[in-house]
Amino acid sequence: MAPVLKLKNITRLFGKGCPSCLESTGPDADTNVCSHCGTVVACACVSLDLYHDEILGIMGESGSGKSTLLKTLHFDIAVSSGEIYFENCADINLLTMSPFEKRRIRNFEMGIVYQNPHLGLKMEVSSGGNVAEKLLMAGWKNIDKTRKRSRSLLRETEFPVGRMDEPPKNLSGGEQQRVQIARALSSNPKVLFLDEMTTGLDLSVQARILDMLRSLQKRFHVSMIVVSHDLGVIRLLAQRTAVMKYGRVVELGLTDQILEDPRHPYTQLLVNSEL
Amino acid sequence: MTLKEILRKTFDNGYNFAFLDEGAKREIRRKILKAVAIPGYQTPFGSRELPIARGWGTGGLQITLSIIGTGDTLKVIDQGCDGSVNAVNIKKFIGRVTGVKTTTDTNKASIIQTRHRVPEEIMTEDQILILQVPYPEALRTVEPEETETRRMHAEADYSRMWLYLYEDIVRFGEISIGARYPVAVNGRYIMDPSPIPRWDIPKLDRADTLYLFGAGREKRIYAVPPHTEVKPLEFEDYLFRVEDFGDARCRRCGSCDTFLDEIIDDETGKRFYQCSDTDYCDRRTVDGTGS
Amino acid sequence: MGYVAVRGGEDAIKCAEKLLRYQRLRGGARPLTVEQIEGQLYLAVDRVMGEGSLYAPELAALAIKQAVGDTMEASFILRAYRTTKQRFCCSIPETTKEMRIVRRISAAFKDIPGGQLLGATSDYTLRLLDFDLKDESPQEMRTFIRDVSDIAREGNIPDTFPKVVEILRQEGLLVERKDSIDDRSISDIARQSMTFPESRSGTLQAMARGETGGLLLLAYSNMRGYGDIHPTIGELRVGFVPLKIIHPHTGEPYTVGEVRVTEAEVIARLDVEGETQKFTMGYGLCFGHNEVKAISMAVLDRAMQARKPEMPSEKQEFVLSHIDGIESMGFCNHYKLPHYVTFQSDLDRLRKVKEIHDTEGNLKKNL
Repeated sequence: MAPVLKLKNITRLFGKGCPSCLESTGPDADTNVCSHCGTVVACACVSLDLYHDEILGIMGESGSGKSTLLKTLHFDIAVSSGEIYFENCADINLLTMSPFEKRRIRNFEMGIVYQNPHLGLKMEVSSGGNVAEKLLMAGWKNIDKTRKRSRSLLRETEFPVGRMDEPPKNLSGGEQQRVQIARALSSNPKVLFLDEMTTGLDLSVQARILDMLRSLQKRFHVSMIVVSHDLGVIRLLAQRTAVMKYGRVVELGLTDQILEDPRHPYTQLLVNSEL
Repeated sequence: MTLKEILRKTFDNGYNFAFLDEGAKREIRRKILKAVAIPGYQTPFGSRELPIARGWGTGGLQITLSIIGTGDTLKVIDQGCDGSVNAVNIKKFIGRVTGVKTTTDTNKASIIQTRHRVPEEIMTEDQILILQVPYPEALRTVEPEETETRRMHAEADYSRMWLYLYEDIVRFGEISIGARYPVAVNGRYIMDPSPIPRWDIPKLDRADTLYLFGAGREKRIYAVPPHTEVKPLEFEDYLFRVEDFGDARCRRCGSCDTFLDEIIDDETGKRFYQCSDTDYCDRRTVDGTGS
Repeated sequence: MGYVAVRGGEDAIKCAEKLLRYQRLRGGARPLTVEQIEGQLYLAVDRVMGEGSLYAPELAALAIKQAVGDTMEASFILRAYRTTKQRFCCSIPETTKEMRIVRRISAAFKDIPGGQLLGATSDYTLRLLDFDLKDESPQEMRTFIRDVSDIAREGNIPDTFPKVVEILRQEGLLVERKDSIDDRSISDIARQSMTFPESRSGTLQAMARGETGGLLLLAYSNMRGYGDIHPTIGELRVGFVPLKIIHPHTGEPYTVGEVRVTEAEVIARLDVEGETQKFTMGYGLCFGHNEVKAISMAVLDRAMQARKPEMPSEKQEFVLSHIDGIESMGFCNHYKLPHYVTFQSDLDRLRKVKEIHDTEGNLKKNL
C-alpha cells in the first residue's frame, strides 16, 4: 500500500554549511554542531513513510531535531534539501511547489497542533472564528453552515461550545489545545501533525485529550505524526515510532517493540531512564 | 523650434502642459496600462509631488494630468458635489495648467475626477472616472505590513479578510463596514474601491466605463476596466446591502433612488435629506422630473 | 433656512487666500526680505532644503516667507517646485573625505588627527533669552563682524581632515556592510516607489528627505530603550562638498558648485564578522547644517540593520513609511476635508446594527 506521506532525505541546517557538515555530526559524532564551520545540523537524511490511518510517533530529547522535522513537513520551516511526496500528487515533490500550491496543500490536506497555542491560534479572534478560518479558506460562504460545522468540531474535541465566541486568550491551556485540534481537523485533512501538544498540561487533562485524539483518529480517518519527548504519549498513541538523536533517525519500528526491546543504545537509555 | 515657441506652447510661467513633465506622464500612463491589464492589482508608481497636499487627491490628480488632452472636458467632484471647496481647488489647478474645458454636467464630461462618490448618472464607454484613494490596500484592516499584504495578494490568501467579516457578524449581527467596502475584482484580487458608499459599489460591476484609482501618498494605481466583474465580499446568508434611506426623499428634487445626504437644520433641529450628487439633483430639479 | 451647502467654494478659496496675506501684513512691520531669511534664519533654510530635497537656499528662504515661517509647509512648497524641474544629469558620487570642513567633532577619541573643531555651535552656550537681540542695530552688527573676523577667517583651517572612522576601519575593527552601494544601481525614490526591503541607497535617500522631528522621534525611541543602539559619535562633520558633474561636451569631471551638508558616523554595538568581533556603524548625511537630523539618521541606519527587527525603529518598512513630513502632514490635514458620504454610510451601519440588537435581543441566538 502506498504511503500517505513519504519523506526522503529531509535535511535542515542552520548556518552556512560546509561539505563536512553531515559526516562530522550525528549520534556517532555525539554532536549536531559541525566542527568545521559551526553549522547546526537540526535534522539530516530523514526518510520516513506515513501510512493510512496510522499514528507515527517521533521520539527524542529536546534538540534532537524532531520539532524542526515536523515544521518542515508543514512548510513552516524551509528544508536545506530533501523531498516530500503526498499521495494525492504522488509524482511531485511538494517542496518544489509554488508558495500558493504549498499553502493549498497545507490548508486542505494537513493540520497541525503546536505545543505553543500562540503559533496555531489567533488569540484575539473568537475560538469559533479560529476554527472557521480554515473553512473560509476553503471557500465556505455561508455563516450559518460555517458556524454549525465549527460548533460540531468543537463539540468533538469536548470544548465547551457555549464559549465558542470567546477568544482563546480567555481560555485555559487545555481548552486552547482543543480549539487547535478542532481547527486542524476542520478541513478533513489527510494528515495531522502534533508537536508536543500535551506538554505542560495537567495530567488529567493530558489523559482526556489523548483519549479524545485516539477516537478522533478513527472517526476522521486521519493519519498522524506525533512528536513527543514523553514516552507515555508515544506508548498511548503511536503504532510505529522513530527515535531521533542529533538530527538522525537511530531506530524505527513498532512502538511496542521499541519500548519493550530497544536495540539502539540511545533508545535503551531513553526507555530505561523512564522506568 | 525656438525657445520662444517652446515657451509659448507651455502654460503658466513655463510649467509644462498638465504640470508634470512628459517623462513623468509617460511613466504614469505605462503604469495605468499595467493596472488595466491586471484588474484590481495595485501597481506601484513613482508618485510625484504636486502643489496640492498629499492625501488631498494627488493620486487621482496625477492620473488625470497624465491622460488629459486639450480636447477633453473635465468634471471634478468631492462628496458628489461640483462646488465643494476641494473639488473647486483641483478643477482650478487642472484648468490652469491645461486650459481644458470644464463642466458640472456628468453627461458632457470625458474625464471625471472624484472623491468618495460615483455619479448617479450611468456613465458611458467614452468616459473615464478617476477616483482619489486614501488607502489603496483593502487588506490593511487585517495586516499593517506592506510586504505581508503583497504576499497575501500574490497567493490570493484572503482568509483573514473573510475571517474579519465573520467576526464582524458574530459581534454585530451584520457586516459593519460602511464605506470602503472590499470587493473582489474579476474573481481574483480583493480591492479597496476607495471610500465610496456601498450605494456606489454595484455601479462598478460590468460597467461600460473605465475606472482608474490613484493613491498619491501610497504610490499605487489600480483599475477596473470596462465590463469587469466587481463583487462585494458577502456571505449567502449575510448579503451585502447598500445604504437604506427608508422612505426619505430629496428635499429638492424629490428623488428616492439616489444616495442622500442627511442634513440637520440648525434652526429647527429637524432632519432632512438632499441628493449627494448635486449635478444630478440640479438637472432633475430643472427638468421638473422632481416631485 | 439655516443650512448652507458647502458650494460656491471658488469665492471662499479666494477670500481665504486674501485673509492669509492680510494676517501676514496687518502688523505693519517692514516686509521681510528673502535675503534676511537666507542669511539670518539659515538653520530654517537648511531644514527646508533637506526636507524639500532641493538644494536652493534662496528658494527655500522664499518658501519660508510664503509659508509664514512653517518649515513643513515651506518644504512642501519647495518639493512641489522641485518636482517640475527636469533632471539634466546625475552628479558624480563624491567622497566626503574631500569635505571643506567648518565644524567637526568626535565623541570617541579625545585627540583626533586634525583635531576637534568646534565651529559655530550653540551646544555650550546658556540658553538664556538674549534681550540685546531685540534692538540689534546695523551699526553694532558691522562692529561685531569687524571684531570677530579673525576667528571667522577660514584660512586657519586645513583644506581636508582625515576621517576618524577610517582609523578604526584600517585596524579592521569595523564591520564591512554587505549592502554597500553600487554606483550603477542608485535608486531614485522620487521616481520609483519604494519596495521593501528597500535598497541602501533608497533607504538613505528616504531618510535624507525625512522630516527632522519624525527621524528624531524614531531614533530617540531606540536610544531610550525601545531598541538597543547606544551610539558613540565617531565623527560629526559640517562642511561643504563639491558638486561635480561630467561635462556634456568634454566628458571630463567639472565642479559646478558646492553643497553644505552635515554628516554623522555613529559607532554602535559589537557584531561578529566571520570569527572576529567588530564594531558596527550607522551613517547619516543631510543637506545643510542639521545635526539632530544627521545623528538621528545614523542611529536609524544602524537600528534597521537589526538581525531580528522587533522594535518600530528597527523595521525598515515602518521607519521609511512614516518619516516623510510632506506625506504625513498632508494626510493628517486631509481629515479636515468633508467626509459626509463615508460618515453617512457608517451611520447607516450603526443604525442597522442597533436595530438588529434591539429587535432580536440576543443576536447570538440566531447565529
